[in-house]
Amino acid sequence: MRSPPPAPVVVLAGARAAYGGREVLSGIDLTVRRGERVALMGRSGAGKSTLLGLIQAQIPDRVALVPQAAALVRTLSVFHNVYMGRLDRRSTLHNLRTLLRPARADVAEVGAVLARVGLSETLWAKAGALSGGQQQRVSVARALYNGRPVLVGDEPVSALDPRQGEAVLAELAAGHETLVLALHDAALARALCDRIVVLEAGRIVLDAPAGEVDPARLQASFEAP
Amino acid sequence: MRLALPSPGYRGVSGGFAVAALACLSVADLHVTTLHPLAELTRFLGGLIRPDFPAVEAWGVAYTVAFAVLGVGLGAGAGLLIAIPFARSRGVRLACAALRSVHELFWALLLMQVFGLSATTGVLAIALPYAGICAKVYSEIIEEADLSALRVLPPGTGAASAFAYARLPDVAGRFADYTLYRLECGLRSSLVLGFIGLPTMGFTLESAFRQGRYAEAGALLLVFYGLIGSRRLWVRRWSVPLLLAGAVLALPPAIGHAEVGPSLVRFLTHDIVPAPLRTGEGTLPALWAWFRPILTGQILPGTAQTLVLAQIALVATALGALLLFPLTARRFAGPVGRPFGRVLLVAVRSTPDYMLAYLCLQLLGPSMLPAIIALSLHNAGIVGTLMGQHADAIPYRADAPRGMNLYAYETLPRLYGQFLALLLYRWELILRESAIFGILGVTTLGFYVDAAISELRLDVAVVLIASTALLTVAVDALSRRLRRSLRINDLPVRLSGPPAVARGEAVGA
Repeated sequence: MRSPPPAPVVVLAGARAAYGGREVLSGIDLTVRRGERVALMGRSGAGKSTLLGLIQAQIPDRVALVPQAAALVRTLSVFHNVYMGRLDRRSTLHNLRTLLRPARADVAEVGAVLARVGLSETLWAKAGALSGGQQQRVSVARALYNGRPVLVGDEPVSALDPRQGEAVLAELAAGHETLVLALHDAALARALCDRIVVLEAGRIVLDAPAGEVDPARLQASFEAP
Repeated sequence: MRLALPSPGYRGVSGGFAVAALACLSVADLHVTTLHPLAELTRFLGGLIRPDFPAVEAWGVAYTVAFAVLGVGLGAGAGLLIAIPFARSRGVRLACAALRSVHELFWALLLMQVFGLSATTGVLAIALPYAGICAKVYSEIIEEADLSALRVLPPGTGAASAFAYARLPDVAGRFADYTLYRLECGLRSSLVLGFIGLPTMGFTLESAFRQGRYAEAGALLLVFYGLIGSRRLWVRRWSVPLLLAGAVLALPPAIGHAEVGPSLVRFLTHDIVPAPLRTGEGTLPALWAWFRPILTGQILPGTAQTLVLAQIALVATALGALLLFPLTARRFAGPVGRPFGRVLLVAVRSTPDYMLAYLCLQLLGPSMLPAIIALSLHNAGIVGTLMGQHADAIPYRADAPRGMNLYAYETLPRLYGQFLALLLYRWELILRESAIFGILGVTTLGFYVDAAISELRLDVAVVLIASTALLTVAVDALSRRLRRSLRINDLPVRLSGPPAVARGEAVGA
């Protein structure tokens, strides 16, 4: 007897989005189930970021977000930037205290998360002083520390080399139940995700298990028509 | 374990200023000497609620606008011409620094000795310091301008065409913005000139406050807020020539002094010449004997009090701004609260701080407290407005926290450099005002200037004013140095130069 499919986490039916009257997404039907790892692919401007925004907006309380720009506070330390992933689950008093004098337990916990993305030695550096790739890993660490079950990532490894990227994605997969990632590296997507969704001009043109997607066709979806 | 902060760092500077202010608090006189400050305040607020508009003298309003329009017109016009050699000539820069380091009221007190209580005094008192300020700011605007268009002009384009096509369009809007902001300042200066006897609204305001005619004072204040709030409506491209011509026609006739020439000569060759030189005893020991009591009895204690007042007011401004700016930021005040926050901050910053100090003095009695309240309210309004604009321009991530967490982790850390830049920039302005508040009875440098002038010892007054100017220049230099070492010296700090988001709407007006 087959087990019933896992519960859906996000259900979009006929979803659409427009910026200033210009339609960026239309007729989007997408159901993401618990435990799925979805890679969202397509040319830039196809609507990936907007679709991720819709997903995040539907279940804000269950999402850990890795936004496209690392969105770090440059004047705060790496520790504080990662700690921000759980601001909403601590008392304001504790948060304010942490700004001045972090608790040892928090430091240890954040340090462990940073070690998973290979950044443990920069705990007290100012985020603004890091390289682009390091900043992106801090952003990933913030989402890992946030720990909510659905990870929504917008090109979370775009500034990393392929091997680092693969390691970071593996950490994300280990730390979160469900993944929805915008990616541009087809090989990485096929290796780490079990489902591939391709967007073109605001519509879904392909939605298939990763194993069934023809690599050549996937590659073609990025090249100029 | 932590990385060493680059010295002196945001924390170091903030902590240093706070500790200095605490130390100053321990020596400052902060007594409330009136018996019923709250009752007085209630009566004043009652006057604002039930203003007596028929009592407002139309001529006072007209003179206020006329002095401001002509003073700013002359100052900005001269500033524009001086701006061209400003960046190249050190002499010009020094002259401008000297012009703007002397407060409008000090200029007025000096000019009065020559031109009497006349329109010339009022207009020049505004025009002289404003020329120095405008020259500096216009020159900065020219330097900040986007030159990419200039570089791609065909070679051989004439200088005038190049300026008109590739520079002026980028710069003109910002000149206009800044000049309009200067006019707002000019209106405040013009009002305040009334407090020392010129026939602007400040003159009637002062007597209304002094005699407790709060309904009339309230009406005058509301008219003044109306003037400032509606400036974008009545200052238009087409109305500027009309305003200038109207202002000339509306000027009051001179009172007293009919012969300007002889009195100017006497002022320059006799009145302000140090007393020993005048009597022919120009020896160094004689000069030192004349100068020493001024230095030890007036300059040093006055400087100390001025610095104490400015330090406390600066830190109070900082705290006030941190509390106030969320009121005008979208994420904190929300779409309903924000307009109210804006109105509050605009009212606070439109009130001239000298007048606010005068009012607080009536309510609380003579001590440093009224001056601190006035300076910190006015400046917190200005810094808060700017911080609110910057806070709205921050690109927060989609899952940013809210409330206190957002404030402490996202907003304030991102704005802190900007915040320090604004405060360090205002330090010099707060110091200038602190010196001036001496005229109201706090024993800062202005107190001694006022006393010297009323004793007709103009040579002493000039020495004191020059010391004040030097102090201002020194604080400005220190502030610039701190800003440079914190790497915040090129952040926007001018009220008229809105951050990128607000610029679009400001240029249109």
